[in-house]
Amino acid sequence: MSEDQNISLSSSQLSAGYTSGKENTIIVQNVNLRLKRGLFTTMVGINGSGKSTLLRTLAGLQKPISGGVLLQNSLLNTIGIEKKAKKLSVVLTGQYISKNLTVLELVALGRQPYTNWLGKLSREDKDQILNALSATELEDLKNTACHALSDGQFQRALIARALAQNTEVILLDEPTTHLDLHHKASIFSLLKTIAHEQQKTILCTSHDIELVLEMSDEMIVIHDRNAIQNTPKNLIDSGVFEHLFPDNIIGFSKETHRFFIR
Amino acid sequence: MSSTGKHSVQFFILGALLVLLFLVNIGLGSVLIPLKAIIQIILGDETVKEAWHYIILDYRLPKALAAIMTGSGLAVAGLMMQTLFKNPLAGPFVLGISSGASLGVAFLILGGSAFGFSALIIPNGWGSIISASLGSFTVLSIVLLVASRVRDAMALLIIGLMFGSLTSAVVSILAYFSPAEELQRYMFWSFGSLGDISWQALGILSTCYFIGIVLALAVTKSLNSLLLGDHYAQTLGVSLQKSRFIILIATSILAGSLTAFVGPIAFVGLAVPHLIRQWFTASNHWILMPACILGGAVLMLFCDTLAQMPFFQFTLPINAITSIIGAPIVIWLLIRKKKILF
Repeated sequence: MSEDQNISLSSSQLSAGYTSGKENTIIVQNVNLRLKRGLFTTMVGINGSGKSTLLRTLAGLQKPISGGVLLQNSLLNTIGIEKKAKKLSVVLTGQYISKNLTVLELVALGRQPYTNWLGKLSREDKDQILNALSATELEDLKNTACHALSDGQFQRALIARALAQNTEVILLDEPTTHLDLHHKASIFSLLKTIAHEQQKTILCTSHDIELVLEMSDEMIVIHDRNAIQNTPKNLIDSGVFEHLFPDNIIGFSKETHRFFIR
Repeated sequence: MSSTGKHSVQFFILGALLVLLFLVNIGLGSVLIPLKAIIQIILGDETVKEAWHYIILDYRLPKALAAIMTGSGLAVAGLMMQTLFKNPLAGPFVLGISSGASLGVAFLILGGSAFGFSALIIPNGWGSIISASLGSFTVLSIVLLVASRVRDAMALLIIGLMFGSLTSAVVSILAYFSPAEELQRYMFWSFGSLGDISWQALGILSTCYFIGIVLALAVTKSLNSLLLGDHYAQTLGVSLQKSRFIILIATSILAGSLTAFVGPIAFVGLAVPHLIRQWFTASNHWILMPACILGGAVLMLFCDTLAQMPFFQFTLPINAITSIIGAPIVIWLLIRKKKILF
């Protein structure tokens, strides 16, 4: 198998940002990414560096300012919305989700791309839902309404929903915000396991650089409007983390893989 | 995966209530007609008293059917609005959609003299339906446009209220230039009335009603996706533009045509989806949609039975009754739950 077949999602000379009226505000530019199947990739950068913007652009929720995104070797914007739903799923923050839904109902909505107009679940759909619930250890909570869940449980339910959608690519926008260290680590290790065991392509943005340095297969660092992709080790060696934060307040130790206050 | 089976008891109760209230609604009024006679008349038995025959077939039956369509149509419109706007306070009346329909009708009834064209168009026909639907469609489009910019639930509500006052302002200007006779016709229309609907008018109304309901059923799956918010819905294969447009059209046709015939009816569209959601504890629109159709019809039949004041010679305006019943329900829901989730 050539290397190309292992690349699920890639971008070429992609610039992402906002368009208001006729003016384009570019936040990240000339991004060339290659996300490989079976790998857990994380994306880090300071606040406002454009992680979420880039992620939404990769998911096709936002139009690129220039350049293009390739999903399994076809241009993202040429893939029909229903077909795309079977190839790429997302986990987002700050959405208006009806909290009246039970965990089971939430996860079952992940099967929408596969069901008929009545939304009737087949045997296969039900199996996928149960698999997603067991992978995220939510079986016992399946009949709980989302408003009664803790932040960590709700985050897991959102991941389960994406798993039930059974797509090759899963993009997650800061799934560990507001969680304590234990829950952060458990979500990352869950994602890593899923990527490895189910051969999925997972990209996840995060603020917990020290943690994801230990856990990711590959990383994308957004710095000065550019995105650099490499393995955590190579990135540490390249010295990109020393100057990641502005004003030289925070430094990075290559030995301990930790940030410190200068 | 919540199946309809889980809710069969609730559906059965609603269905039984609907049949019961339908018979009670037809039987009660200024003249009491016994159940046996009602059934005989509906089944086409000619031997029953002729006056009863006339009352049932030409007055009470069309009125009861209009009540069923009004209640269920507005409840469905309200349900779609609440999901589309992700706002528990949305409803055809609150968002100014009914006001839009009123404006359309006001232009038709009152605009004639104000703008110098003759109001030859019969108000109880396609004329008022089209103008009311256009009115509600216009307001709904503007509200939707604004809603995509302001996500704040409060802002949306205030915008709806503003549309309400804007419409009444335009209506007052129209009224100022209108002769008393037209003004009175408009006033009577705005009180709301389920009576005085001919079978022909009922035919037009039911055509619009069925188009609206079919469109609503066509977007039910998308409505379920929309429970996760616009972004998630998109990644689940829902075309936002297409779904929004269908929801917009369905709501305008339902709210517009119903308002044209029976006048602006408050609270049904807002309260019924909430009552159903709480009682059924469901979010799946394949359960909520039929439940709202039944529940809306039940509530409206109940209100109409009260409005026709059994054993009295007069009928109260239906709009007043739905408000008197609906407002306490909404307040009660708020106090009980503290927070209404859509």
